[in-house]
Amino acid sequence: MTEAASDSVSVVTVTNLIKQFGRFAALRGITAEFSGGKLYAILGDNGAGKTTLLRTLAGLNRPSSGEVSILGTNADAREFRDICQNVGYMAHPSLLYDEMSGMENLQYFARLYGLTGNTRCAEVIKAVGLDPDLVRPVGQYSQGMRQRMSLARALLNDPRILLLDEPFSNVDVHSATEMVSLLAGLRDKGKTIFVVTHQASLLEGVADESVWMEHGQIVQRSRNLKPPGASPADGPGHGNGK
Amino acid sequence: MSKPSGIVRATLLKDLRLEWRSKDAINSMLFFSLLVVVVFSFSFDPSAEESRQIAGGLIWVAFLFAAVVALNQTWAREIRNQVLDAYRVSPAPANSLFIAKALGNFIFVLVLEALMTPLFIMFYRLRALGPAWQLLVVGALGTWALVVNGTFFAAMSLRTRSREIMLPLLLFPISIPAILAMVQATTAILSGEQARFWIVLLATYDLVFTTGCLLLFETVLNAE
Amino acid sequence: MKRLFPILGVLTAILLCYGLYQALVVAPTEQTMGDVQRIFYYHVPSAWTAFILFFINFVASILYLVKRRSAQDMVALTTAEVGVVFLTVNLVTGPIWARPVWGIWWTWDWRLTSTLVMWLIYVSYLFLRRFSSGGQTPTLAAALAVLGALCVPFVYFSIWFFRTQHPQPVIGGGGSIDPRMWHALLINWLAFSCFAFMVCWSRYRLEKLQREVDEAHAMQSLLAPRGGVR
Repeated sequence: MTEAASDSVSVVTVTNLIKQFGRFAALRGITAEFSGGKLYAILGDNGAGKTTLLRTLAGLNRPSSGEVSILGTNADAREFRDICQNVGYMAHPSLLYDEMSGMENLQYFARLYGLTGNTRCAEVIKAVGLDPDLVRPVGQYSQGMRQRMSLARALLNDPRILLLDEPFSNVDVHSATEMVSLLAGLRDKGKTIFVVTHQASLLEGVADESVWMEHGQIVQRSRNLKPPGASPADGPGHGNGK
Repeated sequence: MSKPSGIVRATLLKDLRLEWRSKDAINSMLFFSLLVVVVFSFSFDPSAEESRQIAGGLIWVAFLFAAVVALNQTWAREIRNQVLDAYRVSPAPANSLFIAKALGNFIFVLVLEALMTPLFIMFYRLRALGPAWQLLVVGALGTWALVVNGTFFAAMSLRTRSREIMLPLLLFPISIPAILAMVQATTAILSGEQARFWIVLLATYDLVFTTGCLLLFETVLNAE
Repeated sequence: MKRLFPILGVLTAILLCYGLYQALVVAPTEQTMGDVQRIFYYHVPSAWTAFILFFINFVASILYLVKRRSAQDMVALTTAEVGVVFLTVNLVTGPIWARPVWGIWWTWDWRLTSTLVMWLIYVSYLFLRRFSSGGQTPTLAAALAVLGALCVPFVYFSIWFFRTQHPQPVIGGGGSIDPRMWHALLINWLAFSCFAFMVCWSRYRLEKLQREVDEAHAMQSLLAPRGGVR
C-alpha cells in the first residue's frame, strides 16, 4: 500500500499549531509541511515541545488552535479514526503489558488493528531482532529489548507514518544501531518516520532532515544534524542549541 | 478494521488473563471479601432476629465495598507504562474498551460475590421465602448497575488527584437509587414479598446508565 | 449590561424584603403548626430555585459537550455552586422545621431524603471540578452533570415509592392551601430566583475574570521570547 516515494507529496501538514496546558504554552504556533518517504529527526532541548508535537500528531492531544492534517485528513474530522490504521506510535514508556510475553502483547494489539493470526506478529518481532517464542514477560526484559518490542508494536499495522518518541533512550549501543538500520530500511520502503531523540549522533547519515525545536517553535530545518547557530566545525550531539 | 465485538472479546480475554497472572491481586481481593463478611458479622450480630431482617442490606453493602476495591485496580493496569495510549492511537473504538472493561469487572465482582454469598447465608442463616431464582436476577442487575457506573467513574478518576478516593466519591451518590432498589428487592424476596417494582426499576436504571455511559465514554477517555 | 446589575440588585432586595413581610406578617398562621410553619416560605422556594439551577446546569453541560464553548462551562459551574447552596438551605431548614413540629431532627421522608441525595450528587460534581486537572475539568464535569441529571428522576421515584412520611404535600395534590399562603410562597420564590440570578451573575463574572487572567498569562507564555515561559 506504499506509494512510490514522491517527495513533493506532503503527508503531514501542520498549520499554526498551538497547544497550551493551562498557562504553559507547549507549542507556540508551528507551521510546517512534511513530505513522505523521509526520516525526520526532531531535536531540541527538554521542554522544547517535541513530545507534545508528536503526541498531537498521534491524536493523543487535541490542538488548542491551529490545524493538523495527516494523509490529507484533518485531525478534527470524524474520519481520523481510520487514519490511525496508518499511524504507528512509540513513546518512552513501553506501552506494553509487563505481565505478558512479547508475542502475547502483540497478539492483543494486532486485534485492535484488525489483524488476525500470528504471522504478522512473529514477522515484526523478528524484524526488530527478537525471538517470537520468548515466553518471558516483557516486564523482565532489558531496556534494549523492551524498546525493540515497543517498536515492534508500532510496526504491527505496517503504518505509513511512524512517530517515535525517544526510541533509543537508555538503550545499549548495539540495539540502538540495529533499530536505526531497521528504520532506514523502512524509510527506503517509503515510510515517513519522525524520531524525537536527544542522541542525534545515532541518526547521522540516516536522517533526511533535522527539525530543531526550541520553546515550542521550529527554529531550524536542515539536511544535516547541526544545531542552530553552531559553526560548521561542530558536530551534532555537541552543544545542542544555545 | 476489526469488528468491535472482536475487540471487546480480545480485550476481555486479555484482562482476564492478566488478572489470572497477577494472582496476588485476586487472592488479596478474595481475602478482603472474606474479611468484610466477618467484620459485618461482628458489627451486626447474626443471631439477632433484627440482623436477619437487614441481611439483604448488609450483603449489598459488603458487595459495594468489594466492588470499589476491584474497580480501582482494573484501570490501574492501563496506566502503568501508559498502555492506554497504545489503545487510543489505534483505530479501535473507545466503546469497545469500555464494554470490555465493564464486562471484566462484572465477572470479577461476580466471583467475589460468589464467595461472599454462601458465607452470608451460613452466618445469617438466610432463607428465601420468595422465589430464589429472582435473587439471581437481582444479583446480576444490581452488580451490573454498580459495575457499569463504577467502570465509567474509575476511568474518569484516572487523571484526577486522589484517584482512589474519587471513585467512591463519584460512584456512591449516583448509585443510591440502584442500591435502594437492590436492597429492597433482596429483602422483599427473602421475606416472600413482592419485588417486581424494584426489579423493574433496577432494570430501567441499568438500561439508562449503560446507554449514558456508552454515549459519554469516548469523550471522557479523550478529555485532556 | 453593567448598569443593569445594580438596578437588578435593588429590585431583588426589594423583593426579598417584600417576601419577608409576606411570609412573616401577611400570611395567615397555620392552624396546626402555628408560626413555626412560616419557615415553609424559605424551605420550599429554595428547593424550587435549586431545581431550576440544576436544570440549567444540565442544559449547559449538554451544550458544552456539543459546542465546547467556555461560556457554557462557566454557566454550568455557577449554577451548580449556587444550586448546592440553595439545596443546603433547604436541607437545613427542613430539620429546623421538623424539630418543633414533630420532635425529631430528621425524618426520612420522601422529599427531604431525595433532596439529600441530590445534594450529594452535586457536591460530588463540585469535588470533581476541584480535583481534576485543568484541561479536562469542563469535559469530565459536563459528563458527570449529564449522568447526575439522568439520576434525579430515579432518586425521586425510588424514594417516593419507598417512603411517604412527609406532611400532607402542599403543592399539587393532597392538602389545600390558603390562597394568601400561596401568594406569599410565590413572592418568595420570585425573590429567591432573582437573588439566585444575581449571585450566579456575580459568580459568572468572577469566573470570567479569572479565566481572562489565565488566558492573559497563557498568551504571554505563547508570545514570549525564549526564557519568558512561566
